[in-house]
Amino acid sequence: MRARVLVRPKAGILDPQGQAVERALPALGFEGVRNVHVGRLIELDVDDPDRLPEMCERLLTNPLIEDYEIER
Amino acid sequence: MKTGIVRFPGSCDDIDALAAAARVGEPVLLWHADTDLQGVDAVIVPGGFSYGDYLRAGAIARFAPVMTEVEEFARGGGLVLGICNGFQVLCEANLLPGALLPNTSLKFIFRQVELEVVRGDGPFTGACASGERLSIPVKHTTGRYYAPSEELDRLEAAGQVLLRYAPGHNPNGSLRDIAGVCNERGNVFGLMPHPEHAVDPLGGSTDGMRIFESMRAHVEQHVLA
Repeated sequence: MRARVLVRPKAGILDPQGQAVERALPALGFEGVRNVHVGRLIELDVDDPDRLPEMCERLLTNPLIEDYEIER
Repeated sequence: MKTGIVRFPGSCDDIDALAAAARVGEPVLLWHADTDLQGVDAVIVPGGFSYGDYLRAGAIARFAPVMTEVEEFARGGGLVLGICNGFQVLCEANLLPGALLPNTSLKFIFRQVELEVVRGDGPFTGACASGERLSIPVKHTTGRYYAPSEELDRLEAAGQVLLRYAPGHNPNGSLRDIAGVCNERGNVFGLMPHPEHAVDPLGGSTDGMRIFESMRAHVEQHVLA
């Protein structure tokens, strides 16, 4: 089955990529944007979706610095 | 001291690490697919871009066959030094605490930095004096040391922070200016700066030799004795 894993930087950890985007938007006239964070989307076809959490813990994310959410 | 230098596809500082290790003993090259450490006294996981650093720096290299052997060697008390990408690999492998995040500037940084030796004892900094300064280059994009604040408190209290960037020299936003940490037992050490690039007067500094000399002294006293 098709699954998606959303990976986000953990709350409270400095996210310079999000900050760079947040600073760039007003320069293009997009005002009123706050709390930008940049993460990663991993899409995959899996035979056994029950193994997705283990895949996330062991390889797809680093649980010390990232949170993940599985969509299936 | 016989030192094994791991080469992953994408390693690029393995040659300098071999040359540095040759100054303190006999270096041997360990290929990422090897399952035998050839009886080495110490292992260096060098810098570079192992497996292209796809996904996260060091994330894929930790599953290389040779890393199973390196982990077992480390668990047995063997000396393991991770430099730059090697530090990232050892953190991903949970052989060292914490993680390395992109530099706050998001830029690749290549410059000489001043380091302060926090602990002038142990296998990796025993040839230094506490508080001594070392001039060693950094060159990385993903070098911001991070661990949760209670973990940082614990690391500092346990004496696991061996090197800090000197005031004003933190190039990447590392928390508490941490440049290098060891594991609880003290036999695994990782740092972002490159001691193997500071071993010859031609390179502008020979301070990096202090790390390799520390390792040799430790091996001669405790392993080969």
